[in-house]
Amino acid sequence: MNLSLFILLPLLTAVIILLLRNARQVKAVALAGASLQFVMSFVLLYLYHSERIKGNVRQMLFEQQYNWFPSWHISYHLGVDGISVAMILLTAFVVIAGVLVSWNVTKMTKEFYFLLILLSMGAYGFFISLDLFLLFFFLEIAVIPKYLLIGIWGSGKKEYSANKLALMLMGGSALVLVGLLGTYFSTPEHTFDLLKLSDVGISPEAQRICFPLLFVGFGVFTAIFPFHTWVPDGHSSAPTAGSMFLAGISMKLGGYGCLRVAVYLMPQGAKEYSTIIIVLSTIAILYGAFATMMQKDLKYMNAYSSVSHCGFVLLGIGMLTRTAMTGAVMQMVSHGLMTALFFAVIGMIYERTHTRNINEMGGLLKVMPFVSTILFLVGLCSLGLPGLSGFVAEMTVFMGSWQNPDPLHRIATIAACLSIVVTAVYILRAIGRVAMGPLKVGYEKLTDATWNEKLAAIILVGGIVAIGTAPFWLNDLITPGTEVIMEKIRLVPEVIK
Amino acid sequence: MLNDFLILMKSELIITVIIFLLLFIKLSKGMKNESLLLMLQLLLLLNFVAGFFLNRSGVLFDGLYKTSPLIFLQKNILNLGVYLISLLFADWLKKSEHMPEFFILMLSALLGMFFMISSGNLLMFFLSLELATIPVAAMANFDLEKKISSEAAMKMILSSAFSSGILLFGISLVYGATGTISFTALPGQLDGSPLQIMAFVFLFAAFAFKLSVVPFHLWTADVYEGSPMATTSFLSVISKGSIAFIFITALYRVFDQMTDTWYNMLMILSIATMIIGNLFALRQQNIKRFLAFSSIAQVGFILVGISSSAPEGITSVVYFILIYVFSNLAAFGVAAVISSATGKENIDDYKGLYKTNKFLCWMLALALFSLAGVPPTAGFFGKLFLLTAGAIKANYMFIGIAALNMIVSLYYYLRVVRAMFMENNEHPIENIKTDPSTKLGLIICGGGIVFTGLLSWIYDHIQSLS
Repeated sequence: MNLSLFILLPLLTAVIILLLRNARQVKAVALAGASLQFVMSFVLLYLYHSERIKGNVRQMLFEQQYNWFPSWHISYHLGVDGISVAMILLTAFVVIAGVLVSWNVTKMTKEFYFLLILLSMGAYGFFISLDLFLLFFFLEIAVIPKYLLIGIWGSGKKEYSANKLALMLMGGSALVLVGLLGTYFSTPEHTFDLLKLSDVGISPEAQRICFPLLFVGFGVFTAIFPFHTWVPDGHSSAPTAGSMFLAGISMKLGGYGCLRVAVYLMPQGAKEYSTIIIVLSTIAILYGAFATMMQKDLKYMNAYSSVSHCGFVLLGIGMLTRTAMTGAVMQMVSHGLMTALFFAVIGMIYERTHTRNINEMGGLLKVMPFVSTILFLVGLCSLGLPGLSGFVAEMTVFMGSWQNPDPLHRIATIAACLSIVVTAVYILRAIGRVAMGPLKVGYEKLTDATWNEKLAAIILVGGIVAIGTAPFWLNDLITPGTEVIMEKIRLVPEVIK
Repeated sequence: MLNDFLILMKSELIITVIIFLLLFIKLSKGMKNESLLLMLQLLLLLNFVAGFFLNRSGVLFDGLYKTSPLIFLQKNILNLGVYLISLLFADWLKKSEHMPEFFILMLSALLGMFFMISSGNLLMFFLSLELATIPVAAMANFDLEKKISSEAAMKMILSSAFSSGILLFGISLVYGATGTISFTALPGQLDGSPLQIMAFVFLFAAFAFKLSVVPFHLWTADVYEGSPMATTSFLSVISKGSIAFIFITALYRVFDQMTDTWYNMLMILSIATMIIGNLFALRQQNIKRFLAFSSIAQVGFILVGISSSAPEGITSVVYFILIYVFSNLAAFGVAAVISSATGKENIDDYKGLYKTNKFLCWMLALALFSLAGVPPTAGFFGKLFLLTAGAIKANYMFIGIAALNMIVSLYYYLRVVRAMFMENNEHPIENIKTDPSTKLGLIICGGGIVFTGLLSWIYDHIQSLS
């Protein structure tokens, strides 16, 4: 399969949208584009599987490479392994759902969809590029659309949040940039090519300097403590689709980058710094969970719980065992779907009640049965109910973490487990307030979800349930990818402290 | 011999011919502004196209004047800039009573820059630098009825004279210390003795002044604010670009042996320039002052690239300046359209502009994103290659500071974007009818901003020349 399609199709969609004049055509084109992406991602999954079944054991499949800036040894190099395929699937799910739930956007519809599709292009490009320059290019492409989406279509203190988000993410990319340049000049080959760099290996001294830069830089995207502060503001001010994209895709760019670039290229750095990563991610998990308990605004709730859930991703990566790392990737996919759905539901509720404060709501189950059911479902997924994706992913992370026998890892694992209890508290409390109890006065005339909202929710629920009930397919998809990374970590000599 | 003369100096000769043509037209008073401007735009376009042909290396007048395909390319980048200025500021130019004079002055300055880039001797360099400066001071005074414009011209001429003095002193010290002022003979005579270093510092200060590197930047903001927009953009793009070209040639080709000395100087000045430029830009309300300080910060980034002292340094600087021509001229162009239609120059006035002027807003946003170095605009590639070239020296602290400065600069560029797209205004600027040639200029700039980066052969072409 030609992977360039994943870049060209969104680009083409975006350009067509720019040329159109009326809002209905824009929406139709955006939906058509998103559906095509959706189909394409499944085709990719199918082709990937059939290649593997045929016995193709290359690390990256469907590779293509063209010179881009030959004098800097920069090439347009694409390729996917199981992890990338999983992330592409996630992106496709979130994009189509995001396009569907924004059906009612009336303010500058054309620009809205243009930016949305541009953002998706950045994400696809990021997940399939094997050249660090290209990867960085796509990472940064995704920042400005987010800024504009929040700043123009957002609510609340949107300008502040948009600025904070753009600056913090750019700060993260600046760290990544310095780390990348360090990596580039640390090998005699002077190359940005991921596979070549991994073959050549990076000197331990360079790893010691570049690993923290890259890990923290990408970590900002995935809300590493203490650089998580853009998450609550950014998510709560963004329009519904914006929050979905932010939490569902954009935060995953960071996790993927940490894994694919930082840990994969610099296994020794990862080993040396793993304690710090574990401590920071445990803090994020607990802090996020407790902070969520204090929130009354549904969006703030989900944003803080995202900090907590993304902590599991970093925890899984920091544990440096195959199972935990697979769990981290599964958590990325699971959290991406779950949080996108959560934000979609919050958006549906807000559009009708015009409030996000849980104390002002009540009894919505009576007037909005569909929306409330989805809210239940996503809440249960968030607190880790077996049968849904959250349980599978978090369980895998815990199992992987427990494989490390020393006290630090054990304590971190136990602390992380405890956060699930806290999650149960805030999720059940919020759902109880919103959906149960007597119907608040003035809410009698509220209507249930429309076709587009239902469709978006069903697509995302489909993904969540598919992972929750049959986790092995995702596991089998991801494990070869994490195994490659683990092999490099096992090769690191133990003596160096 | 004559053939050599005609071909090697073709850029200068064409410009001279245009200047004389303008002089005759002015004396005969036979043409309206509109038709004259159209003719000039065509001539400048032809001049730009002609810049692509018959480019070869050569030396004239016993080494006083030298040229190479790279120098031709540098000159042509400046040609492009002047052509774009003639398009973008059409509205203002048409209204001006003395349009021919404006072009005569601008082209004379351009001629000076051409000679400066080609100079092979410090004396030639000094003469051409003067030719490139004095007409610009007159251009700064071109808003004849505004006091602030004369003030700008006065400030500019006084401070330029001062810097020329320093430069001359430096040149005489160089001559005293080495016995030569020719660029080819100088490298052999340099041994890093204290007198030579002192002479070099004086030369360096003069360059720094013209580039408005902190702490030699104090004239910049006032001059930029007072001058008419066309002059400001000429100063900030063409003038800076030409100085950067000759600066890098001088450092790499002539003062190559003193690399260690000037690397440290460059690093300190570059950090100071980026930080001060950025911090002052944060607080500006007037769009011209804002762009002035942002262009100071941009110079700091150019210095990062220059500090690499590898061929990549030259390539990335030339490439960045090409991109800078597109991005900064587009920003000034939009600001000029708004200023000449409404007289408003404050960033606060731009609030809610998107509702009324979509095209202008997108162009300004594109230009600002490019200046900030956000992909997919060309500015991203330009900045990244400057930093990569700078990183050849493996001084990551320096590169890290530069990268962090990119964030600060993003903050203030976003301020303008925020005003245009996000903030509400009860009385936004009304829909402005843009002059067709301005529109053409903006579209060329926009195309340049989008495609110069993505099409990698442009970079490779420059790399093959340097």
